[in-house]
Amino acid sequence: MSFINYSSREINCKIVYYGPGLCGKTTNLQYIYGKTAPDAKGKMISLATETERTLFFDFLPLALGKIRGFRTRFHLYTVPGQVFYDASRKLILKGVDGVVFVADSQIERMEANLESLDNLKVNLHEQGYDLDKVPYVMQYNKRDLPNAAPLEEMQKLLNPSGMTDFEACATTGTGVFETLKAVAKGVLTDLKKMGK
Amino acid sequence: MDTQLIMYDEDLKKILAVIQKLVRDANAKGIFLVDKNGQMIAEAGEMEGIDTTSLASLTAGNIAATGGLAKIIGEDEFPTHFHQGQRDNLHISIVAQRMILVVIFDDRSSLGLVRLRVKKAGAELGRLIEEMQKKSDHAASGDGSPFAEITDDDIDNLFE
Repeated sequence: MSFINYSSREINCKIVYYGPGLCGKTTNLQYIYGKTAPDAKGKMISLATETERTLFFDFLPLALGKIRGFRTRFHLYTVPGQVFYDASRKLILKGVDGVVFVADSQIERMEANLESLDNLKVNLHEQGYDLDKVPYVMQYNKRDLPNAAPLEEMQKLLNPSGMTDFEACATTGTGVFETLKAVAKGVLTDLKKMGK
Repeated sequence: MDTQLIMYDEDLKKILAVIQKLVRDANAKGIFLVDKNGQMIAEAGEMEGIDTTSLASLTAGNIAATGGLAKIIGEDEFPTHFHQGQRDNLHISIVAQRMILVVIFDDRSSLGLVRLRVKKAGAELGRLIEEMQKKSDHAASGDGSPFAEITDDDIDNLFE
């Protein structure tokens, strides 16, 4: 959960990018890293295999500016998407403040999307969270591919409750910052509600 | 589920007093207090210029992973870890269930000395952290959060 440090006047929040293997979670972070001014970001850490598949997590610390004199810092994490890394995914969800689900738009990945989304719900539940209550954004990635499923179909399948969603192409950056802003807003709005 | 953590100036001062003393008592190069979610809480010692944000996140990842391993073999968690390097060594211990105390030391100190001093300082830190958690819970339950007053415009302005 968020950490408010009065001494350094900072709010620290944790956002996790979730989704099936090869859906583009790491690519989202790499794009954000590449486009952020050096003074607003820390080092990006990727704990990956030799073939650059995420083994444990990617981590990117970002500073977004000040609110009421408090610097807002977001720690972005990705989980390893491959099914057999479930134990690691659970660990990374600990203390999460906001979740981005990155769905792979390719028709043949729909089942993997559904499986990963179910896995997210189960793992959040194990930590005492409910996906309907955690700030949450859906991103339909790889919209540029010729085998992308129709948007309406993906919405019906993966986002029936109509949470905030974005179309994206993480390699070119389309929709990447929109997704990040939406989830960060959700987290801060939640923080505001908690203070009331 | 974890609860929000709030650290006030006076909390940090008390924590710093304990870890600065620990740096001296254990002949350590640097000491870091990190929460299990990867947030840096406090640091002391001579490790200037080190990437503390990465250190905090990787420490938390390490503790999470070994905690998972512990559960597989029927342990609750491994409360202390020791990593031996060529020059510098790491002593990592869990304090008050939700914090991690990281001590970096070289051959000016020894594992035995660090262990001994950490034990005492850990107990003191445990008390301070529990106190801080109680205050945080109290603030989260209604009064005192500075963020009750933020407006949607404040949030929007952040992204302009």
